[in-house]
Amino acid sequence: MFVSETLMEPLDELRQAYEKFMVDEAFLAELDRDLADYVGRPSPLYHAQRLSQEAGGAQIFLKREDLNHTGAHKINNTIGQALLARRMGKTRIIAETGAGQHGVATATVAARLGLECVVYMGEVDIARQEANVYRMRMLGASVVSVTSGSRTLKDALNEAMRDWVTNVDDTFYIIGTVAGPHPYPAMVRDFQTVIGRESREQILRQAGRLPDALVACVGGGSNAIGLFHPFLNDTEVAIYGVEAAGEGLESGRHAAPLCAGKSGVLHGNRTYLMQDEDGQIIETHSVSAGLDYPGVGPEHAWLRESGRASYVAATDEEALAAFHTLTRSEGIIPALESSHAISYAMKLAAQMDPEKIILVNLSGRGDKDMHTVAALEGIAL
Amino acid sequence: MSRIEGHLKALAARNRVALVPFVTAGDPNPDMTVPLMHGMVAAGADMIELGVPFSDPMADGPVIQRASERALQHHTSLRDVLGMVGRFREKDPVTPVILMGYLNPVEAMGYERFSREAAEAGVDGLLTVDLPPEEADDLVGALKQRALDPIFLLAPTSTGKRIERICETASGYVYYVSVKGITGSANLAIGEVTRKVEAIRALTGLPVGVGFGIKDPQSAQAIARISDAVIVGSALIRRIEERLETPETIVPAVAELLAGMRSAMDSI
Repeated sequence: MFVSETLMEPLDELRQAYEKFMVDEAFLAELDRDLADYVGRPSPLYHAQRLSQEAGGAQIFLKREDLNHTGAHKINNTIGQALLARRMGKTRIIAETGAGQHGVATATVAARLGLECVVYMGEVDIARQEANVYRMRMLGASVVSVTSGSRTLKDALNEAMRDWVTNVDDTFYIIGTVAGPHPYPAMVRDFQTVIGRESREQILRQAGRLPDALVACVGGGSNAIGLFHPFLNDTEVAIYGVEAAGEGLESGRHAAPLCAGKSGVLHGNRTYLMQDEDGQIIETHSVSAGLDYPGVGPEHAWLRESGRASYVAATDEEALAAFHTLTRSEGIIPALESSHAISYAMKLAAQMDPEKIILVNLSGRGDKDMHTVAALEGIAL
Repeated sequence: MSRIEGHLKALAARNRVALVPFVTAGDPNPDMTVPLMHGMVAAGADMIELGVPFSDPMADGPVIQRASERALQHHTSLRDVLGMVGRFREKDPVTPVILMGYLNPVEAMGYERFSREAAEAGVDGLLTVDLPPEEADDLVGALKQRALDPIFLLAPTSTGKRIERICETASGYVYYVSVKGITGSANLAIGEVTRKVEAIRALTGLPVGVGFGIKDPQSAQAIARISDAVIVGSALIRRIEERLETPETIVPAVAELLAGMRSAMDSI
């Protein structure tokens, strides 16, 4: 891990607590109960027949993480980390957020557990996501505007790290994606693998066999690793992660480090990054704020290098088209992040026979994106 | 013994504690860095920590972050920083220069190439704040081949075991971060710092520098009583930042603060 010396011991303390409680039956029972009664799990696996017809090939199944409490997969992780924080005796929770989904999911669990909560958010994102800022404040969180650097998600993460290094005695930092220093990538993955474990059981029950392919969008990559991980040993299942190609990979304005970045070190881990030739991190672009991150979880870098998973990209335009297609064909409004996965799944389905199965993680719902989509169509809400 | 360690031990033999200013290369603009370095030496600096600007300085407070941003507005790259050290060396072959920054720019250049070019430019050591010794084997190997010192941080949270481990890998000196937090943080708890520095000294013969939270002659003097080197950064950069409209006053203002610290340290 790549952090300053002050954080080495606190990270070790966190690792020990995480290793202890992930095999602690009482902790796991509490987590399962919350996932069922508070989050609403298991989330359904839905055979999207009209979407499959529209794509004209393989059958598309959607894992409905959009139906979770707070509207996305993010809460699977914040519940787990907040329960861990309480077991460790920490009284103050901090988090970074880009679009605000992780911030809302953190503020939600902090409210439920009665913990103080501070969320760091880039000034640019605060302006783009006013409704989520208001939601977090209603939930009792303080939202701190981050004005350094590009004033977006990566800078919010920097600022949360600075808070943590200063207040490490009573504070637990809930990272929202599979990035950051160890044990975060492993811990966030473990809390998100409930997606893949449920999906595997559900598809076996509904279709009587494993899917031919998995598709999920990848920003930092937490929803994707959560789906992929329980299938890694099922070598007959192809795995596709979909990054944000923004205005196109060749335009340079994108957020696709696995497709078009190079290896480096940021936020405590070595992974693929969007960076210039001097090693400075460059600004990313995507229509979906949740994919607007210059790095990617190190396990995705490893899956790419080992060849177990393939990483592709969908442009803003393709994601928006998929957003509308799913909305009109199934009555499901997806998050713009998840729309990247839908877009690629439809493309892939078209090249496959109708008896083949593609399982897509519908990681979040699109309510939060109404303003963005309306504005792109020239409509003021 | 490396040039840095030799230099620090020679100072110690004269009962002089090293004064080590930190400034970010390229702040407020690339042309000012070399004159600023010479001005700081003239005011009593014994070594210089030169910050390599980075887009995501996670361990730094707002003052040094803004310095990095100003330097990056001028596209100050690691190669440019090495060029500045080379020009500084034309007139000052003696004062050790340590580059301080984050790993990614060094990695982007390549460890071998960085070490070769840094040594040629006259750099003496490198401190990458986000590289703990556990991950540092390759870089330390490349640095040592060119007789560059790998400098590491010790923190209030470092256990005895970690201190031993870090001091085995480090050479030149070790840098004790006096507060839990970021650069430019709140006040020093001198009693706690003293106890920790004593604990460090019991575990290593390396010179111990102390930084974070030293902002005026009084705090410099207090730290000088217990350490081999007093490192000051944000307080100097604040002086730079206050004078962006009148850049000609920057070198004298920085020199004035350093001279005040120097005389407070020398009057112990």
